[in-house]
Amino acid sequence: MSTLKVLDEDFSAWKCVTCGHTLNPSPVELEYLDSKFNVELPACPDCGFVLIPEELALGKMAEVERMLEDK
Amino acid sequence: MDQKNLRDWEAKCTQEEPPKCKARCPLHVDGREFCRLLQAGQIDKAWAVLCRTMPFPSITARICDGDCQNDCLRSQRGGGIELAALERFAAENFKRSPMLRALPPKGKNIAIFGAFLPGLAAAWDLGKKGFTVIVFCEDKMQGFGNLPADRISNQVIEKELAQFGKMNVSFAEHGKCDPQTVMAACDRFDAVFVDPLAHNATQLGINEVDTVTLQTSKEFLFASTEVNNSSFISLIALGRKGALSIERKLQNASLTAGRDREAPFETKLFTNISKVQETAPLAVPTEGYSAEQAQEEASRCLLCECMECVNNCAYLEEFKSYPKAYARQIYNNASIVMGTRMANTMINSCMLCGLCEKVCPENFAMQDIVLEARQDLVEKGHMPPSAHEFALRDMDFADSSTCALVKHQPGTTQSKYVFFPGCQLSASDPGAIERTYAHLCSTLDGGTGLMLRCCGAPADWGGQKEIFERKMESLKRDWESLGHPQIIAACPSCIKILQQELPDAEIISLWSALSSEVDQLKEPPETALLSLQDPCSARDNHELMNDVRMLLSGINVTFNEPELSGSLTECCGFGGLLANTNEPLSRKVAERRAEKLDHDGVTYCAMCRDMLAKAGKRCQHILDIIFPDGDADPAGRTAPGYSTRRENRVRLKETLLRETWNEQPEPRNDYESIAVKFTGEARKMMEERRILLSDVQKTLLSVQESKQVLENMETGHMLVQFRPVTVTYWVEFEMSGTNYLVHRVWSHRMRVLG
Repeated sequence: MSTLKVLDEDFSAWKCVTCGHTLNPSPVELEYLDSKFNVELPACPDCGFVLIPEELALGKMAEVERMLEDK
Repeated sequence: MDQKNLRDWEAKCTQEEPPKCKARCPLHVDGREFCRLLQAGQIDKAWAVLCRTMPFPSITARICDGDCQNDCLRSQRGGGIELAALERFAAENFKRSPMLRALPPKGKNIAIFGAFLPGLAAAWDLGKKGFTVIVFCEDKMQGFGNLPADRISNQVIEKELAQFGKMNVSFAEHGKCDPQTVMAACDRFDAVFVDPLAHNATQLGINEVDTVTLQTSKEFLFASTEVNNSSFISLIALGRKGALSIERKLQNASLTAGRDREAPFETKLFTNISKVQETAPLAVPTEGYSAEQAQEEASRCLLCECMECVNNCAYLEEFKSYPKAYARQIYNNASIVMGTRMANTMINSCMLCGLCEKVCPENFAMQDIVLEARQDLVEKGHMPPSAHEFALRDMDFADSSTCALVKHQPGTTQSKYVFFPGCQLSASDPGAIERTYAHLCSTLDGGTGLMLRCCGAPADWGGQKEIFERKMESLKRDWESLGHPQIIAACPSCIKILQQELPDAEIISLWSALSSEVDQLKEPPETALLSLQDPCSARDNHELMNDVRMLLSGINVTFNEPELSGSLTECCGFGGLLANTNEPLSRKVAERRAEKLDHDGVTYCAMCRDMLAKAGKRCQHILDIIFPDGDADPAGRTAPGYSTRRENRVRLKETLLRETWNEQPEPRNDYESIAVKFTGEARKMMEERRILLSDVQKTLLSVQESKQVLENMETGHMLVQFRPVTVTYWVEFEMSGTNYLVHRVWSHRMRVLG
């Protein structure tokens, strides 16, 4: 499955406090109601902690959630 | 819902029934559509409506006498529409006529004897459908002799006769045919129609004719006996009837099936004309209407439709259709195996308030099919998880040990009564409960217990039958634990559910209890005139609605009734969990209702009060008047947000335990000790996104352990997340001394796997 690029904005201002690294776009697997997606999201290159930005959570992600809920 | 249920529901909704003009017209011309187009000045399109139904329309439109005019609903408001004159106007003034195309010949030959209106109509219809028709007559002009010459010129007649030639119809002008010729034709042709103005069936020696089909005792021969005093249009309809029978006969189809509405019939369509002003018809000049006059007269057409429920319900209006179509959508939604259930939002947006059933002339109860659909979605595991989760969590919170309370009156061991205020009054105005309970304890003998909990309505409205049953079992246990006291309930939704689910319990409303002892109440200071908001759950509880009015009158509060009141009252936007599923619609419903109240509102439902207040309407709960707390302006009280509602319930229990029962409440949860402040924007976001203070506190607490924190190097803000069960919460904050200052919050349901 190819990795979807869903964010254009730069999130490198965010750093992981524990690891001290800035977040990099990384392939991440997301799941809802048994559907899985590979998406590129900002994550800590060390511990893998993923940021779900506000505009994604309320925009595209909410839209896909609603769509899957109606399936 | 099975297919039969669907058909029963569909049959109840009359919106798709024809208007009176169309039902009354022997040819069922759609006068409503015709007028709609004329109103818009679209003469050619209006003319096309006539051409769809009328044979030889240039003639028929000019000879129609408007049989429908007396049946027209407008006749009750100034006079029926001058449809005949409008038809003549269209026939005289159209610029383009739709192309009439006959089907290619089918190889079936039909003989028609007589070229009067019935014979010509039969020939037209059959020829158009591809039958090869020969009309035997003395003279093909014979049918036009009796028509009003001032309305039809020879030029018009010749033009229409020429059209017959393009439609598989020819004329054989052999002089008058005798009965033997007709009978003999039955052997040479596939079917024969005899124009009753040329020969009636009796003249052919046939006495038995089926009046529905015009089938005679001789197979393939169709004729009629009765033509007395028929209007021009009825004569044309007679020919059409014969043509349809011949077509069916030659297709081996049933001659009788589905013809119950072929003749003029009574439509079931209801149209409310109570607000329609009287306007007299525009007199028809000898030369006929001008374009302006035609438009003016057509504009008197009421464009009959029912839409009673849709016009009175923002929800039914929102989805741009009407119950018959909604029933079909709900049925289709349930039938989907693979694919998108497009009707989920529609199903979950109904307030279940039941107003549609009251205003519908056929009592179509949208709430019944919607609730059944929700139960079906839940049962099959197809209910969208986000639809009602917030409300169900709120219900569980109200029933949790931090909020729920079941106790006898302090100092007593039994309860003759129990006060059941409902969880939304606790959330909205806990002080009112304290004051009311104190009053009841001081005025009622025999012990008055208190039950703080939810009645289970959210589970019922959400279609969660199993959860609802469990709630009812626990509710019953609570009530039994107090020794089966009489329940004094404040919330109309609670009263409805308690009456349904606890049939052994004696239930009265707080308002009935207070109105029967009105002299024990302190008369409030004089108030300005108020508008009474009946909650939708009180709609069928006439005793309750009456007692509220008695109570208000008893304490000299003057009020008026809004346009829709009593059993026709409107929902505030909370019912059916609408605010959870479709917040923008809920707001619209609340705003619409608020507009109907001329003065400050007064109500006896905590949710009505808060929803109207949120919509910007000044509104009081009756308890604000009866047991005031000293607030100078209770009608202007801001509706508490979701987090405050929860906190109010917790504090109510704590205060009552401490002050009334002299007991120590349970200690607070650890997360509640987290000191948080919010920016104004964050506060607004929490309310809009339904994120609670406790969600934020739990998130901040969880991070103290996990240490998983992001920091923005530009703003210095920290960002943390927490997923208690099904929702991930994100909190963006900065430290302000020892406090967290929250800037932004958001959530999602999708899970990060890694």
